[in-house]
Amino acid sequence: MTLSGLAKQFRSGIVDNNPVLIQLLGMCPTLATTTSVSNAIGMGLAATVVLTCSNILISLLRKFIPKQVRIAVFIVIISGFVTAVELLMKAYFYELYGALGIFLPLIVVNCIILARAEAFASKNPVLPSAIDGLSCGIGFTLALIVVASIRELLGNGTFLGFQVFGENYPAAVVFILPAGAFLTLGCVIAAVQTLKNKADAKKSEKEAVAEAVANAAQAAAKEVQE
Amino acid sequence: MNDIKKDNIVLAEAEAKVESKPEAKVESKSETKVEESEKITVPELLTVTSSPHLRHRDSTRTIMLEVIFALLPALLWGTYVFGLRALLVCIVCAGSCYIAEYVTQLILKRPITVSDCSALLTGLLLGMNLPATAPAWLAIVGSVFAIVIVKQLFGGLGHNVFNPALAARVFLTMAWPSYMTNFTAPFDRLLFSSADAVASATPLASLKHGALPDASLLDMFLGKIGGTIGEVSALFLLLGGVYLLIRKIITWQIPVAYIGTVALLTFLFPQIDGVARWEFMLYEVLAGGLILGAFFMATDYVTSPSTSWGRVIFGAGAGILVVFIRYFGGYPEGVSFSILVMNSLVWYIERITRPRVFGGAKKKHA
Repeated sequence: MTLSGLAKQFRSGIVDNNPVLIQLLGMCPTLATTTSVSNAIGMGLAATVVLTCSNILISLLRKFIPKQVRIAVFIVIISGFVTAVELLMKAYFYELYGALGIFLPLIVVNCIILARAEAFASKNPVLPSAIDGLSCGIGFTLALIVVASIRELLGNGTFLGFQVFGENYPAAVVFILPAGAFLTLGCVIAAVQTLKNKADAKKSEKEAVAEAVANAAQAAAKEVQE
Repeated sequence: MNDIKKDNIVLAEAEAKVESKPEAKVESKSETKVEESEKITVPELLTVTSSPHLRHRDSTRTIMLEVIFALLPALLWGTYVFGLRALLVCIVCAGSCYIAEYVTQLILKRPITVSDCSALLTGLLLGMNLPATAPAWLAIVGSVFAIVIVKQLFGGLGHNVFNPALAARVFLTMAWPSYMTNFTAPFDRLLFSSADAVASATPLASLKHGALPDASLLDMFLGKIGGTIGEVSALFLLLGGVYLLIRKIITWQIPVAYIGTVALLTFLFPQIDGVARWEFMLYEVLAGGLILGAFFMATDYVTSPSTSWGRVIFGAGAGILVVFIRYFGGYPEGVSFSILVMNSLVWYIERITRPRVFGGAKKKHA
C-alpha cells in the first residue's frame, strides 16, 4: 500500500469512519465512562493500545487462524492484551483504574475492537492493520473526549478537574447521570451528521461543476475540430 | 350548528368561485404561450378546485389559544396563592420559548411558525410546572431545552415524540433538583425576590413519607397547598379541562382513563393504615400534577394516540405508572415521567388499536 493510501486510511478511522460518531460502535463505554475528561482519556488510550496490538497480532496470525473458530481466537488475543493493560493500569494509574472499574475488563467485548479484527486485520497485512487500529483508537478517544468535555463542563463546571465557571456555577447534575450521557451523545452525533451532510453536498456540487466544465471543454474541442 | 355549516358551505363555494377565476386566466395564459399556433382557452365552467370545500375556522393557532385560555384560571390562582413572582416565571418561560422557536427556525432555515402559538403554550405549561421560587435562568434554560432539543431537533411541531414542556420539567428536575423542589407555603406571596421564601412540604412529599398532608381535602381541592405554580388548584384546572371538553378541543378518554386508573389503584391499595380508603384515594388524586397532566399535557395532540381505544390505553398506562412511581420510585411525583414513558409507546399503541378498514376482512381471533 502506498504512503498516501496509508494516510487516507489513517484519516478514515478518525474522521470519515469514526467508530463512535459515524459507525455508532462501542456505545457502552462511550456512555458509561465519559463522566469526566480524565476518565475518557484513560478509557480511550487503553482501548487504543489494545486495538493496535490485537490488530497487529491478528494480522500476523491471519493465515494460521481457522475460519470456523476465528471469533474465539480473536477474543482470546484481545483478552490477553486487555489483561496486560489492566495490570499495567492497576500498577501505575491506580486512581484511574478505580474510576473505570468494570469497563476496563469489558474492553474485551468492545465491538470496535472485534469489528476491526474481523473486518480488517484478518484480511490485511501488518502495517495497514496497525495503522487501522491506531486510527480507529484515536477516533474513539477523540469522540470520548468531546462527549466527556461537554458532560464535565455542564455537569460539574470543570475541565480535567479545573474549575472553569467559578464556584457559584449551579452544576446541571443530569449531565453526569446516564440520561445526560444519552442526551449529549445524541446531540454530538446529530451535529457531526449535519456537518458531514454539508461537506458531502459541497463535494458533490464541486464534482458536478468539474464535470460540467469538462463536458463544456469537450464540446468546445469538438467544435474546434469541426 | 347546521346553520353555521350551511353558511360555511356557501362561503366556501363563494370563495372557490372567486379563486377559480384568476387561476383559469393564468392557466390559459401559460398555455397560449406554449402553443401559440393553436389557441386553447380553458372554459371557466370546467375549472375545478380541489377539496376541502367545507372549511372550519379551527387552526393550530385557535386551538393553542383556546388551551391557553383554559389554563388562565389556574394560572391566576397560582399568582394569587404564590404572588406576582409566579406570574413572572410563567411570562419568562412563554417569552423565552417564543424567542427560542423563532431563532431556531431562523437558524435551521425552516418556515417561521411562531404565530401558531404552540411555543407560547409550551412555555406557559412549563412555567406552571415550576415552583414559584424558580430563578429566571432556570426558566430560560428549561424553555430553550423544550423548544430546541425536544421540539425543533426532532422536526418541529407534529414531529416531536415527547411533550416538550414535560421533557423540560424532567430535565430540570434531574439537573437542578434543589431548585425544582424549593416549594413555598401557600399565601406566602413572593413579589420579585425568592430569598425570603418559606419552604414547605408539598402534600405529595408527606404522602411519600406515609402520612396524610396537613391540608384538608377542601384545601387540596381549592388549591391552598404548596406545589408548582399551575398544579395546586384542582378546581380551576377542572374548570379549564371541562371547557376544553365542551369545546371539543380534547376528548374524554385520556383524562378519565388516567385519573380513573390512579383512583382505582390507590383505592384498592392504600398505603397508610387507619385511613379510610376513599380519603386516601382523594388525597392521591388531588395531590401533585395529576389533574394538570391529565387534562392539559397527556392530551397533547402530537404526543398522544389518535384512536379512542389508544387513548384509553395511553391514559390507563400512565395511571399505572404514576401509582408505581409514587409508591415505589425515588421521586415523590410520577406524573411527568409516566406521560413521557407513554409518549414513547404511542407508535405501538396506535398500531395495535388501528381501526379495521371499512369493508376489509375481520381479524381472525385465535
